[in-house]
Order: sequence, then structure tokens, then C-alpha cells
Amino acid sequence: MNEKLPGYKGEALRILESLGAETGDFIYIEKEGKVYEGTLMPRSELGDDKHIVIKIKSGYNIGVRITSDMKIEKKGSGAKPSFTPPPPPKQRPDLPRVTIISTGGTIASRVDYRTGAVRPAISASDLYSIVPELSDIALIDTEILFSAFSEDLTPKHWTKIAERVAEHIKRGAHGVVITHGTDTMGYTAAALSFALQNLPVPVVLVGAQRSEDRPSSDAAENLIGAVQCAANAPFAEVVVAMHQTISDEAIAIHRGTKVRKLHTSRRDAFKTVNAELFARILDKKIIILADDFNPRRNDRNLILKPRFEEKVALIKFYPGMNPKIIDWHVEEGYRGIILEGTGLGHVRRKCFSSIRKAIENGVIVAMTSQCIWGRVNMNVYANGRDLLSIGVIPLGDMLAETAMVKLMWVLGQTENLEEARDLLTKNIAHEFSSRTVEPVKPPETISV
Amino acid sequence: MKIDYEKLGLKVGLECHQQLDTKEKLFCSCKPELFKGEPKITFLRRLRPTQSELGQIDPAAYFEFKKGVKILYEADPQTSCLVEMDEEPPHDLNREALDITLTAALMMNAKPVDEVHVMRKVVIDGSNTTGFQRTCVVALGGEIQVDGKKIPIEHISLEEDAARKTGEEGFIIRYRIDRLCIPLIEVATAPVIHSPKEAEKVALTIGRILRATGKVKRGLGTIRQDLNISIREGALIEVKGVQELELISKVIELEVQRQLALIQISEELKARGVTENQIRDKIIDVTPIFKDTKCRVLRRAIKKKKHVMAIKLPGFSGLLGRELIPGLRLGTEMADRARFWGRVGGILHTDELPKYGVSKEEMDRLMEILEAEPQDAVVIVADAKENCIDALRAVAERAREAVKGVPEETRAANPDGTTRYMRPRPGAARMYPETDIPPIPITDEHIRRLRKALPELPEHRIRRLIKEYGINKKLALQLQDSEYGDLFEKIVEETAASPTLVAATLTETFKSLKREGIKVEKLRDNQIIKIFKLISTGKTSKEALPEIVKWLSEHESANPMDAVEALGLSMLPKDEVQRIIREIISRNRELVVEKGERAFGFLMGLIMKKYRGKVNAEEVSKMLREEISKISS
Repeated sequence: MNEKLPGYKGEALRILESLGAETGDFIYIEKEGKVYEGTLMPRSELGDDKHIVIKIKSGYNIGVRITSDMKIEKKGSGAKPSFTPPPPPKQRPDLPRVTIISTGGTIASRVDYRTGAVRPAISASDLYSIVPELSDIALIDTEILFSAFSEDLTPKHWTKIAERVAEHIKRGAHGVVITHGTDTMGYTAAALSFALQNLPVPVVLVGAQRSEDRPSSDAAENLIGAVQCAANAPFAEVVVAMHQTISDEAIAIHRGTKVRKLHTSRRDAFKTVNAELFARILDKKIIILADDFNPRRNDRNLILKPRFEEKVALIKFYPGMNPKIIDWHVEEGYRGIILEGTGLGHVRRKCFSSIRKAIENGVIVAMTSQCIWGRVNMNVYANGRDLLSIGVIPLGDMLAETAMVKLMWVLGQTENLEEARDLLTKNIAHEFSSRTVEPVKPPETISV
Repeated sequence: MKIDYEKLGLKVGLECHQQLDTKEKLFCSCKPELFKGEPKITFLRRLRPTQSELGQIDPAAYFEFKKGVKILYEADPQTSCLVEMDEEPPHDLNREALDITLTAALMMNAKPVDEVHVMRKVVIDGSNTTGFQRTCVVALGGEIQVDGKKIPIEHISLEEDAARKTGEEGFIIRYRIDRLCIPLIEVATAPVIHSPKEAEKVALTIGRILRATGKVKRGLGTIRQDLNISIREGALIEVKGVQELELISKVIELEVQRQLALIQISEELKARGVTENQIRDKIIDVTPIFKDTKCRVLRRAIKKKKHVMAIKLPGFSGLLGRELIPGLRLGTEMADRARFWGRVGGILHTDELPKYGVSKEEMDRLMEILEAEPQDAVVIVADAKENCIDALRAVAERAREAVKGVPEETRAANPDGTTRYMRPRPGAARMYPETDIPPIPITDEHIRRLRKALPELPEHRIRRLIKEYGINKKLALQLQDSEYGDLFEKIVEETAASPTLVAATLTETFKSLKREGIKVEKLRDNQIIKIFKLISTGKTSKEALPEIVKWLSEHESANPMDAVEALGLSMLPKDEVQRIIREIISRNRELVVEKGERAFGFLMGLIMKKYRGKVNAEEVSKMLREEISKISS
């Protein structure tokens, strides 16, 4: 791919290259008696190689089909955009210091209307100029760690993030915000919950469900909430800050081990599962909803345990599942398997011998439920009781994804199976709750 | 006043918008309909102006944002889904809407683009939940003929309609999102229109072509025209949302008058030696002057702990009260700005004082504190301090613009043809690609298919109606502009009714019935066809038609024969008519004997008065003449 001609391929790319053109240049096309003039635009990844996209005078883009008899010329080079941001608001050194670590999933950006490109804003001054409210909340420091789609992140990235967070806290940050693509933000939140222990300050993950280039984006409101939380919250835990409802009102603060993305696109996609919401920010005030929390401290004595064992699988059981799937993992040297069973924690009897073999081979096998809500209880039905006797570990009301992350972390801490089993079932970061109460639903509508 | 528009350099460009009559909305499967009653869903949003790469931000939008304006959206699950709520990405572009747009484009000889790209046009007044309107150019470079003149069509676009504003309370603006995402076609002409009447004809011609597709919505609110109006010494003014065709020429006439009046004011200010620099944002709190005022508005404001603040406009005395066009003064324009930027209720100015309970003493004191001379004007507002300052700054800005001449603005049309300030004209750089929707190639094969099925052009059809059915030009034109063109041809084909009767009924009769408040639109096509069948087969008379239509409009989906029977409008049998005629003659025998043929008119009148709608007048006339001649000969 040609960097100067993003999205173009095949014939279109060849023609544009022969003109020495790049996006932003002024292009003249004549064909079938019609003239098309405008600025050369990037091409969508989904587009074919038969069209050239130009922005015409009215501001609209159109695609012009390549024909053998068309005349095409580059009439001039586009002016390179020179960005002069509005002066950043005055920084206030008396405010708490908050580090924003960016991992991808841009949270602030500006649009290049000339080419349609969306450019992320990452420096602190960029952020201030786009979300000026931040300057009234905290003194911001920024670090770009990765620029990745969240589905491309791996446990190695979790390790790296944990190490950087620990470093910033040791250097005196009053709170750390991590911007993250939303797809796997729940996994990273769980991973950090285990890797960063005895935290003295809050660590807040934040993302956006509407891209930040649009005026209706939830990014800025979420970021403001996250920074408020990092700067001022009385707790010192790993949390996720996102819209509580579809309105731009309350920001929900979820505990990192209890949060799951439950909708593909809504602003309030993130929900706390099997626990009450941890906290909420409304009208700039942080309201704690949980019964207890680890309080913020002034010392810097956190414990960093950033290692994760990648040979752990999350296997979702389904009717008729072939037990060889389990065998394969054992042969491949997997050390742990989290089963996402049906209902209270079941899989078909046909899988039992494979599971037994896995456990005999020193693989830790534990059970969660694909119901998402509720806890497993393997005493109720015969299949559950048999699985227990084979040695499958029931994981209560822990989310399957959190269970997988935890087992990766557990096996990163110890080689000893006995110790690993103990660690897996011990409540470390509020991943288990002993009681499940009727959740108090957020109001879906508001009245003025 | 006769105005030579040509000489003034009047240039008008039209943007005609019309809702398409599709099964679904443009980017989702919701019904393209409005809902009545209380909304079942509401949600609150803020729209944050996105910065462009060049650091540009729409100033008006940014201002609104900073003030903390929030938008309360109202929705109903019947007509909106997560897409309109901006909680789900858009679905594919509605292909039915695209085909209607392409069809209209081909009818206007425009060239469809090879590949359609949906764009996001940033609009952050709240009318779009996303903060942008999705829009795409479908064809370029067409032309239409209006009175033998070629009017170039610059582009034909397909876009989503916006949410409709339902209220505003303080910093909360309400919008209802049922209308959001209804497909709209936009036809933009080049600015080559040079008179108000011509603009109206161009709009009429475009409207006719769009209606000829048979796939556009009808009724108030489904058509909106935006007008770009400029004169040589004035400025380009965009007037948005003219809903009625008849208003177009009036809006243009009034806008030209407004611009001429503003140019005159500018010249006068210059003659008075007023410069922009003299108008300063020096805003003074004058609350104490009015602490015992009899002015109700000010007294109420002060009681609520609000402030009364004032600004001096040097050299403006007498100009604020000057009428630009009926009902609109320079002071009104300043009040519009004050309301927009300061969210105040309005302004008071010295050109209209002492009045409204403000005393001469208070006014003198005001002039004194502001160090104003008799040639100066003073503007006051009463509101929270911050709002007062924003409002008076906007007033000062408008005053500076008055020195320069006509400010470029986007204005909204009022129902009486006047306009009001809406917002500053947005910058050009506010469009970027809608990356959630892949580009849509338009193949030659597809265009060929659409071209084959192209509806008849309105001017062809008018000529054909006249030639084929022998109706006059006026009726043909009326039919073309009505929604009954197709039905007319069907009725004439299926019944033996006279084309002129059918055409006149569907246009003139229906129009006058509508004026009387009869809901003609409730009648179904097959009911109307049946009525004409009854008339042409002698089951009822054409005179009975209005009564039947009225009855059917009150009895939904009833059979027209029921109407005839219920109203007693069935035709009398021939022998019964014969009997009636003979009876009338025998009762007036003397008259007939005396006057002979000349008694006809009187007798005919008597019969028709009693039996209108039940007898065929021509038949009665023939029979009556025969009977009279039997006696008098």
C-alpha cells in the first residue's frame, strides 16, 4: 500500500502513481464529455480498484470510474495542513497529577476535512485544547504506549500496561487513566486488577462507543469522568469508566473484575455483572455505591505481579461439542482451561473422560456459566456433581472472561498446582461476591 | 414600489428538498412517519464541536456548547430505533430512495455519479443526534426548462431529514427524532434566477418533476425550499425552510427590501461619521436606575435578582426604530441576535422609549450614565449578568455590521414571508466521509434499467392530456399539479364519464370541497372510480357528486352506492320523470298556453330545484321541451 494514496489498489493505484499524485492534490478528470475536478481523497478499504475518489467544490465526495478513454491530470499539490491549535488553557499545578496512558482506541481527535482523515490527539496540550474541561480537573501527563485495536492486544500487552502504570504511580501520579478500545477493555481491566495489588491510587480504564471524531461522541464525557475519578476518587482500585445510560449524564464506574461489554454499540454497553455498580459520577460528584472499597493512600507501596501464562483457554460448551477440543488443548500443552458451561455449570457426559484426562495431566479445569448472570452451583444436578468429583473447580459468580484472565495470572505466579487452585478460588480483587442481590436498574428515561 | 431586480443584480439559487415516499427510512428499517402524543423514550445529550485539522471550530456551535446547552431527544419505538438515537451504526443506504433520486436526476438530464459516497455534514444545533447530517451527491450537472430558459441544476443529492424541534426551556432544547432519517431529495440550482417570480416558477417545475416520479411525500412539512439570495451591494443570505411555494417570491421580495434598507442605513451611518471602532463593548450595569420602575418587565426581572444592563451605540439614534420591511426593524435584528447569543427574552432601546412603563426620567438618567448624546442610541436588556453581557456584545457586533452593510447570515423563513436570524453562515469545511457506509457503485446497467422505466416528463404529460382527452390547458395543468393525474387517466379509461367532468371534479370540485373542510383525501381511488361509474351509467347525476363525496368522507371505505341510497340521490326512472313533468305542466297550464316556449326557463327551474341530483338535467330539458311543444302547438 502506498502511504500517500491510502486505500488505493490495482488499476487506480497504478494511474495515480503514474501521475505522482497523493491525497490532497488537485485532480482534473475528463470523460464522456464531463469534467470532474476536486481534491484527491483516500479510498475506503472496502472500495474496488475501479474508482478514484475526489472531493468536489461543494464539499461532497464522489467516485469517478476509471475508463480507458478518460483524461486525468494532477493540477496542483494540496496545501499541507498546518495545525494551529487554540491556545491550551492555563495549567494549574495545584491540581492532582493524572497520567493518561494511551493504548489505542483514540479518545480525542480532530478531523482533516480536506482529506477526511481523522487524526488522534495524543499530547497533553492537544487533549487540553480539545477537551478544555480537563484543565480544571487535573494536571495531565500523557504516554502513548500502543496504538492498537483492542482485539489485537494480548496478555503481553497487559504485562506492559501494568508495568507502566506501576512506574507512573511510583513517580507520584495521583491517578492513572488508560484509554482503551472497548472490545477487550473488560479483559484488560480484569488483568490489571490482579497484576496491580495494594494500589495506593485509582487506575481507570476508559473508552468510547461512538468514534471521537463526531460531535455526539461519548469519548470526551467518559474521559472527563475518568480523569475526575483518577484525580479525586477516595478509592484505589482498577475500574472502568463509561456512560451509565444512553444519556450524556452519569458516568458509571465499574470494578475491573466485574465488568463486561454487553452490547455491540450502545453508549451504556458496559455493565457490572453479579454485583452492584461500584460508583457513579453525576454533576461532577463521585458517589460511591459499593459497601466497601480499598481506600486511596499517600504511600507508593504497590505490589506489581505482571506475569500471565498464555497457555490458558476459555472454552464455551455447546450442544454436541466434540470432546477432542479439550484433548487438543492438553496435547498442545495448555495448563489451564476455563469452561463456560451451561446453566449452573454443566457440560455433556461425553466430555467427562477428556476432562478427567486433562486434570490427570496437571491441567487446571474450572467452571463458569455461559448465562453471564448468576453463579454456578454444581451440586444440584448429577452431571454437575460428577464434574466436581472429577476435579473441576467451580468458580461461583465470577465472569468467564475474568476467570480466564485470573487463571492466566495465577499460573503466571506459581507452578504448584495446589497453590494455583487455592489462588484461583481466593477472592483477590472482588472477582467473587458472596451475595447476589436484585440489581437496581438505572433509569432509562429522564425528565426535566 | 416597483423594483428592477435585474439592475440590483439579484441572484437566487434554490435548494428544493422533498421527502421521498419510501417504505423505510434512509439508513434503517423504521417507518418514515411522525408520531403524535407523549414520547415513550427520552434521552439527554450534549454535542461537542469537533475541531478540524486546521483548528477551525464553528463559532456559534462552540459558543452554544460552552454555555452548556443540552438536547433532550424525544422518541417513539414505532418510528425510531437505535440508529436514529445514535446508539447503533447506520445500516446500508436505502436502495429504493437511491433509485427514486436517480430517476429524478435522469428526468432532469443530470449525470449520475459513478460511485456514491455518503458524507457527514456537521450540524450541531441538535437537529441530528450524531452531530452531522448524512448526505450524498447522486448526480451532477442537469438542467430544466422554465419558460424557455435553461436553468442549470448543480447537483441532486439524497440526504436524511433532521429531527424536528419541539421546544426550548432554558438550556434544554427539545427535539423529536421521528423525522430524523426520513429520506430527502435535494435539488440545487445554479444561482441564475433573477426575479422573485422566476424563482417560484423554477420551484414549481422542480416540484412537478419530483411528483412525476410518483414516489414523493405530499402535504405540509414534506417540502422545504432553501433560498440563497444576494444583491450586488448586499450579501449572500441563506433563507431556510420555506414550506409553501407561494411564499418563495414574497420571501425574495422582502429579503431584497431588507438588504436595500440595510444598505441605506449603512450609508446614513457613514454620513454621520460613525465607524466600527466607535462601537465598543462597554457594558454598564444600570439596575439602580430602574429599582422603582413602573416597567413590568424590568420590575419583574429585578425582583428575580436579575440585572439590567446597557450599551451605547454611538450615532444610532433613530435607526434602531427604522422599519426595514413591515414588522422588522434594525432593533428587531439586534433583538434576534441578543436572544441567540445571550438567551435573553428581548431588548429595549431608546428609539422606542419612553414607553412600556419606562419613564422620561429613567431614560434621561440612562443616557446620562452611558454618557450618550442625543444622536446616540442605548440598548438595554434584563437577565442574569452573564446573559446580559453576551446579549449586548452580540448587539454591538450587529451594530458594527450595520456600519459595513448587510451581514452574511443564515435566516429562517416565517410563515408570513419575513425571515428571522437563525445563525451565522457555517464555514465551508464541514464535510467528511461517513466511513460506516461503504461507497456504492452505480453501474451503467442499472442506469439503463432506470432510464427504460422513466416516468413521463410533466410538460409531455400536460400536452398529452390536452391532446388525448380533449380537456383544456388549465385543467391539464391543474391535474398535473394535483395528486390525481394517474387516477384521472384510470377513471376515463374504465368509465364512460366525460374527461372534462372527471378532470374538473378531481381538481376544482375537490379543491372547493377541501376548502369547506371536507376530508376528500379520505376517499380511496376505487371509491372515486365507482362514483364516476354510477354517474356514467345514469344511476346518479353529476350534480349529486359533491354530496356523495362528502358522505363518503364521513363514512370511511363505504360503497358509493350506499351514499347514493342514503342521500336519496338515485336517479328517478324515466317514466317517473315523465310523470313529474306532466304534472308540473298541468299545474301551470295557463302559463304554458300563454307563453309557450318562453315558459321553459321557469318550469325547468321549478323541476331542478326540487329534483336536482335525482334527474339528468339534459334529459329533463329535452322531455320538457317536447311536452311544452305538444301543448303550445
